[in-house]
Amino acid sequence: MAAATSAPRRLSLKRKYAMLTRGLGWETTYQPMDKVYPFDRFEGIVIHDWDGWEDPFRLTVDAYWKYQAEKERKLYAVMDSVAQNNGQLGITDARYLNAVKLFLTGVTPLEYAAHRGFAHAGRHLRGVGARIAAQMQSLDELRHAQTQIHTLSHYNKYFDGLHDFAHMHDRVWYLSVPKSFFDDALTAGPFEFVTAISFSFEYVLTNLLFVPFMSGAAFNGDMATVTFGFSAQSDESRHMTLGLEVVKFMLEQDPANVPIVQRWLDKWFWRGYRLLSLVSAMMDYMLPKRVMSWAEAWEMYFEESGGALFADLERYGIRPPKHHDVAKKEKSRLSHEVWTILYNYTHAAAFHTWVPSDDEMQWLSSKYPDTFDRLYRPRYRMWREAAARGERFYNDALPQLCNVCQIPMAFTEPDDPTKIAFRESIWRGERFHFCSDGCKDIFDDEPEKMSQSWLPVHQIFQGNCGGASIEDVLRYYHLNIGADNLDYEGSPEQELWDAWTADRRTAR
Amino acid sequence: MKLDIHTSSIEPRRQTYAHVARRLGDRPASRYDEAVLDVQATANFHYRPLWQPDREIYDVRRTAVVLEDWYVLRDPRQLYYGTYNLSRAAMDQGTERALAFIEQRGLLAAVAPSWLASVASYLLPLRHYEWGANMNAMTVADYGYGTAITSAAAFSAIDRLGMAQTLGKIGLLLDPTGDVLDRAKASWLEAPFWQPIRHALEDTFVLEDWFEAFVAQNVALDGAVHGLVYRAFDRAGMDHGAAAISMATGFMTEWMPDHARWVDAVVEKAAAASPENRALLSGWARKWSARAVEAARPLAERVLGGDAAAAVDRVAAEAADRAERLGLEREAAR
Repeated sequence: MAAATSAPRRLSLKRKYAMLTRGLGWETTYQPMDKVYPFDRFEGIVIHDWDGWEDPFRLTVDAYWKYQAEKERKLYAVMDSVAQNNGQLGITDARYLNAVKLFLTGVTPLEYAAHRGFAHAGRHLRGVGARIAAQMQSLDELRHAQTQIHTLSHYNKYFDGLHDFAHMHDRVWYLSVPKSFFDDALTAGPFEFVTAISFSFEYVLTNLLFVPFMSGAAFNGDMATVTFGFSAQSDESRHMTLGLEVVKFMLEQDPANVPIVQRWLDKWFWRGYRLLSLVSAMMDYMLPKRVMSWAEAWEMYFEESGGALFADLERYGIRPPKHHDVAKKEKSRLSHEVWTILYNYTHAAAFHTWVPSDDEMQWLSSKYPDTFDRLYRPRYRMWREAAARGERFYNDALPQLCNVCQIPMAFTEPDDPTKIAFRESIWRGERFHFCSDGCKDIFDDEPEKMSQSWLPVHQIFQGNCGGASIEDVLRYYHLNIGADNLDYEGSPEQELWDAWTADRRTAR
Repeated sequence: MKLDIHTSSIEPRRQTYAHVARRLGDRPASRYDEAVLDVQATANFHYRPLWQPDREIYDVRRTAVVLEDWYVLRDPRQLYYGTYNLSRAAMDQGTERALAFIEQRGLLAAVAPSWLASVASYLLPLRHYEWGANMNAMTVADYGYGTAITSAAAFSAIDRLGMAQTLGKIGLLLDPTGDVLDRAKASWLEAPFWQPIRHALEDTFVLEDWFEAFVAQNVALDGAVHGLVYRAFDRAGMDHGAAAISMATGFMTEWMPDHARWVDAVVEKAAAASPENRALLSGWARKWSARAVEAARPLAERVLGGDAAAAVDRVAAEAADRAERLGLEREAAR
């Protein structure tokens, strides 16, 4: 037992933390505060007292350096070991890597974007506590971008589709889905940004994005990625806590904030959910060894956990996000509809697709008893037969895109899975198309902003993407034609993988 | 004796990412290069910022400095997140030991009480200066162009916060109740000898050009303020038995040359890129250095009394030498 210290009036840890951090800020007098912090008022969020901010984690910089350095030491040791021991051969099957390709081209650039977005919030929110939390997250996000790039660099040496991820992220059609999502957040004010990313994305939906990729890695022998995932876990839980704090803080500061926050929760729930539809296809189709189905994940992580969360927020006057009932209706269809799109356009993608095997169809049928055999199995059977005749179906028509989520318009009506949903709005004499009421609402709420979207198909037609033929466009994307794209079956990657693992199969 | 462990080797199909290979050739790249080069998005942004509708999300027009390639602003320390934290954790371990040692041995008792009072007035308010420097570093991370500058700027922002907190801890060593920190803040806000520095710092907060903020903070203000506090004042403390204060601020004295390596490389590379850049950076360095030196003079007089003029002249001379070393012009072109 430690003896009581004799020093009088020692500070409590909480007070000490407050002295070391909160005490740092001051009201500027040589320049007006509104000029020093020009961006934290225009969104309409009213903050009466920044001291009401509860620091979600009382982390001083010395502790941050120490913990993070220790984590990096371990992570890089694993990366070195994977590189030294041909760790890429430990994965279940080369098809697994298509999930990794989607992650590196679609998610890793967002981590860097998050670094910038939190730098913006970390500079421009006027409360010291909120600013420090955002700054640490800015650094964490940089960590995630850089460690992902380092982890996956090894795979890039042996496999296709990973070689030019940043260039592709700015250009390739399906990557405008994650890019526009994050661009939307970055171009919002600092409060909306933190609500979008820290709360809606990290707090509400992270178990449906980050976790499925990392669990997929664990299930499929990807030591490198899963080590990264575990290493990032403590960062993520800090970020989630920040997300909840920022929302509660706004709601507690002023009743006028409630409708604004509600509107953001509605918007970012739907935007996040549409982004996750890519993950749903990854979970149900890309993983050779599956973790759980999209529908199961949605039930567990949104319907149950999210339900409890929104019940908790009810006392602030917050209701569950608009259209969550539609997401529920779609959960047995989402991944199949998205995989269909991807299968249609694999010739223009930096990853491979395939028709699920009989075993896989069995699994899909057991996970989706109401929909799979009735709606999707016949389609796959047709495509498989066509491919066997040498007539593998590729869709050479460019699809119409939803103006908001930017996914090809192939989602179906909430109450009719056989009918494609079309919505539209007219704004300043122009017609804009949407895949859903959720996306239409987002547009109608901010038409000036949402009408600026860089829609890949429109851009191709306008001649801004390298030329008029698919090949021209693929070259603009920096796709290695015939290697990065097309079916897995017959790809150079498959051939190499089979050669590298030939021993393994004969041993069995 | 040579150990010969047999492994199967598989030829890599490529050595690094294509965007790195386009710059450096397809050979194994350093972790720094892969972590930094071309990571920031550059094209096809979807929406214009609500907070700055005349700019793209990342936009070279947020500074008047023009570079064809923003990745010339490499960090000579090659810090990426992993090496950054390892480096700072190691540096901080020394500080932590020093603070514990000072407390256990009661080393502050060896410092002349009049000098301790002086330390409380010149060193502790500096934590607010560091917090201001943190803001400017975040401005660069926010508005800068390219991962080379934004990542290093974000690291320096956390450095600044860390140093602000270390100064706070020194304050708690001087006075475990923390009252001394409240007095230091009042002094930062009101004491006449701090006001010119605070005034200059607050003026940097509203600069629209992030590169100017970078130069004003890291070249000009730091040159004067850190130069005085951690060199001139520290030396003066030796006559008052203040070795414990030197120990407690060991992080800062180790950090300063490390930080300066990066700052110098950024300024030097940007200035070398064009005569226009050189003129611009020279002008900023001259303007802000002159102001910083004069702003720090009352602080120097307060701490050093009659020796202040020489110390101020020294930091002014250092600023001039540094500008010359970085290829900046001493005087405006006629």
